[in-house]
Amino acid sequence: MDSEIKRTLRDGGAVRLLSLEVNGQRQQRAVMPDITLLDFLREELGLTGSKRGCDLGECGCCAVLVDGRPMLACLLPAADLEHSAITTIEGIAEGTTLHPLQQAMIDEGAVQCGYCTPAMVINGVHLFAGELRPDAEAIRTCISATSCRCTGYNRIVQAFERTAERLAEDRP
Amino acid sequence: MNAYRIVGTPQPQIDARDKVTGRARYTDDIRLPNCLHAAILRSPHASARIRAIDTARAAALPGVKAVLTGTDFERTFGVLPISKDEPALARERVRYVGEPVAAVAAETAALAAAALALITVDYAPTPPVLDARQALKPTDDPLHPELQRDNNLHKQVEQRFGDPEAGFAQASIVIEKRFTFPSVTHAFSEPHAVQVEIDGRGNLTVYSATQVPHYVHLALAEVLGIDEHRVRVIKPHLGGGFGGKSDPFPHEMIAAKLALVTGRNVRLRFSREDVFFSHHGRHPTQLTMKLGFHPAHGITALTGDFLIDGGAYGSFGVVTTYYNGVLLQGPYPVPNFAFRCRRMYTNKPMCGAMRGHGGVNPRFASEVLMDMAMVQSGLDPCQARIDLIHRENTLTINEFRITSVGLRRGLEEAMRRSGWREKYGKLPYGKGIGVACGFFISGSALPIHRNQQPASTVRLTVEFDGAVTVYSGAADIGQGSDTVLAMMAAEVLGVELGQVKVVAADTRLTPVDLGSYSSRVTFMAGNAARNAAIRMRRLLVAAACRLLALPEPVYPSPTAPADGFHQGGRAPDFDAEFLGANPDYRDGFAFADGRIRHLDSGKETGFLAAVHAAIEGPGILQTVGNYRPPKLGGSFKGAGAGLSPTYSFTAFIVEVSVDPDTGFVKVDKATCAHDCGFALNPLAVRGQIEGCFHMGMGQALMEEVLHFDGAVQNAGLLEYKIPSPFEQPEIDIVPSSSDESEGPFGAKEAGEGPLAPVIPAIANAIFDAVGVRLFELPLRPDRVLAAMRRAASR
Repeated sequence: MDSEIKRTLRDGGAVRLLSLEVNGQRQQRAVMPDITLLDFLREELGLTGSKRGCDLGECGCCAVLVDGRPMLACLLPAADLEHSAITTIEGIAEGTTLHPLQQAMIDEGAVQCGYCTPAMVINGVHLFAGELRPDAEAIRTCISATSCRCTGYNRIVQAFERTAERLAEDRP
Repeated sequence: MNAYRIVGTPQPQIDARDKVTGRARYTDDIRLPNCLHAAILRSPHASARIRAIDTARAAALPGVKAVLTGTDFERTFGVLPISKDEPALARERVRYVGEPVAAVAAETAALAAAALALITVDYAPTPPVLDARQALKPTDDPLHPELQRDNNLHKQVEQRFGDPEAGFAQASIVIEKRFTFPSVTHAFSEPHAVQVEIDGRGNLTVYSATQVPHYVHLALAEVLGIDEHRVRVIKPHLGGGFGGKSDPFPHEMIAAKLALVTGRNVRLRFSREDVFFSHHGRHPTQLTMKLGFHPAHGITALTGDFLIDGGAYGSFGVVTTYYNGVLLQGPYPVPNFAFRCRRMYTNKPMCGAMRGHGGVNPRFASEVLMDMAMVQSGLDPCQARIDLIHRENTLTINEFRITSVGLRRGLEEAMRRSGWREKYGKLPYGKGIGVACGFFISGSALPIHRNQQPASTVRLTVEFDGAVTVYSGAADIGQGSDTVLAMMAAEVLGVELGQVKVVAADTRLTPVDLGSYSSRVTFMAGNAARNAAIRMRRLLVAAACRLLALPEPVYPSPTAPADGFHQGGRAPDFDAEFLGANPDYRDGFAFADGRIRHLDSGKETGFLAAVHAAIEGPGILQTVGNYRPPKLGGSFKGAGAGLSPTYSFTAFIVEVSVDPDTGFVKVDKATCAHDCGFALNPLAVRGQIEGCFHMGMGQALMEEVLHFDGAVQNAGLLEYKIPSPFEQPEIDIVPSSSDESEGPFGAKEAGEGPLAPVIPAIANAIFDAVGVRLFELPLRPDRVLAAMRRAASR
């Protein structure tokens, strides 16, 4: 707390105590009131899986789930989210069991540099939570939320299609 | 026939699980204790004198720990020793919008940004030079007066081989066209970032998003004026490079200097706009190319005159200047050849290396001209190309040594699989199919810094617990080099991939590798890793022989090849049987599944038992492998440019739809034949080919860095459009292998070569679809439509 008070004096701004539920855990930090969700996650909580690619909502690399819906953390004021449940890439796998899309991204070679990968997974988890069997159009729309420069998207599309097949098999 | 257990099989990246769970740490994800935040003030002017900089108010702000300006750095730098023309912070003048002018380090990022606003710079704007033609004009105020020229020429290269005039006289068709290319940029996902950790002895550990840790190490020491041993550069996970992170950068110098003067750790990252200011993308190019062609003889002559716009500083530009010409020496013989290339300084963000470096724009021109000549000659442009592709083991007119060539068979197969004969010239109006070929280096045979050291060295250890560790300076930038090095070690030593650990791109812990550029890593670091693993295998064989009471094998000594052509006529590291595909280790043992088995007697021991026996004497098991390119090339000036131990070859067949009402081009399908020798990791090769297609299609159809008064107008990912998953077509990749005896397990490059032919293949398909040729990129709908209207009115 001491360091946060010092920081308040130094920055000359009024910090505010902010409490967010992230990956099922309530986290409280004293922060500047205009802090973005991305800064809250990365700088305050050390959850660096959400990537910073532009800070302008253009690249899509910072996508997280807010109450189950994918949103861009760089555009969201964290202070608006005190009553929301936030899930980051760090909260997608259940223990050591990966989400089927995470496993498919690995197996199909959809991961190259990996910088867009967390956001691709976040968007995909939302897609597969809603649609039993998303079609090619829905898959591409979902993937197009995130800019990828390595893969040409083919392997990512493949990973999504494999996941769709697998989930359809698993569900009666 | 793949006789291997691991190489040749599709393997996900060894760190893929870290990447899908968010565990992978990129540079800006590192959290150093007690860290200052740095920020850079950038020039708003394309060209101006700096009359004065007042940093007093910024320095007085509580929490600001240091302010730097250009006078804090004595030396300029550059990736090439021949053009160290870039300052860490501008001195006396600024040369482009976005050039770093001052920098601060403060307790928080917000404070650092606030401090920048308190710095006042008194600029006297001067008329900027904004394009390459303007840069040719005489001036008494060039950007770089140290070159003592009366214009803004940076580098001029002229080469001439054979007799182009006689070649044109032999031709049945001579075509000359002017081509125009804008700049395109890498648009990698991770913005540049650097963090510097300083210890109590003044040693710097620099974490940087770089493709070239070794060069950054050398440049830091030189620019900061400190001993090289005080620097350590570590490349953490890296979010894409494509050439855009292959130079030492001002922000690396700035952050390190701030750490030195404050004694504190320092963190600095780029905004996306900063990335566009930093640029280093493909050079805007104006070129006139003339092709002489004869249906019976192929290319009879080829000449080119290139004017490339380098922007404010040198970067890799001298290499680019050569590559524009010399990378026309394949994939077909060019018996008579001449070019002139001039690189100009302008007041714009600098250009440098970008995937397919220097070879992409001339490839577009030559493959479009080839297509025109073949069509005019009544030849099938696909079959005619197959007939012309270089033969194996030939020397080009500029003395490039062409060894393995798998593209003829590959393109034949692509022709069959794509249904070329049923489609070419037979599709309805608006649908078309086109083809183009290319080739690329697998690393440069000559180093940037002339010395006798190996191009790549790998240290390999096996520990008491059986862990195999590959120590390599090679930088995995997302292409999967860590994985392919691990695969090779696992293959030779008969262990599972998971047993191999990789320590890479850390200039204190890993031996020198020159970096991830010019498609050198798989070939060069790969050879080094394989060689280190073979030497380790011999240590373990000796131990196994002791355990099994067998005589140790006698290995044949390597001898120089009789032809003086392979291996540059010198003896290789191992006997020839070790080279290329399906090496015979000549030890009489099989290493597999953690067992070491003597083939003749059937006696066997465990891998770990052999490790324990081998480690008894030295206490440590360690081997070294390295790679030195063979001596290659002619003795004329500039003979080293484009020289490579081996070359990859690529062909793309592309099908497009052109909307006759809008001129919009959609790529429907692509078929690729890429000869990377032996595909060590077919999953990675596929990823590289698909990624190259994405980037090539972007340059072909939509990408363009726009400037106004020298300022980048589309410095963001919404305005700088790259292809989305809706534009990317299905890509059929056909086998196109060759046996490259000098590659590790027979491998050549796959990361860059497939890009260049994408663009002309699309253009040639547009011609097949609607009968128009375009000579300016990108092939935007308005340009296609205008060309169609011009054609209709003729």
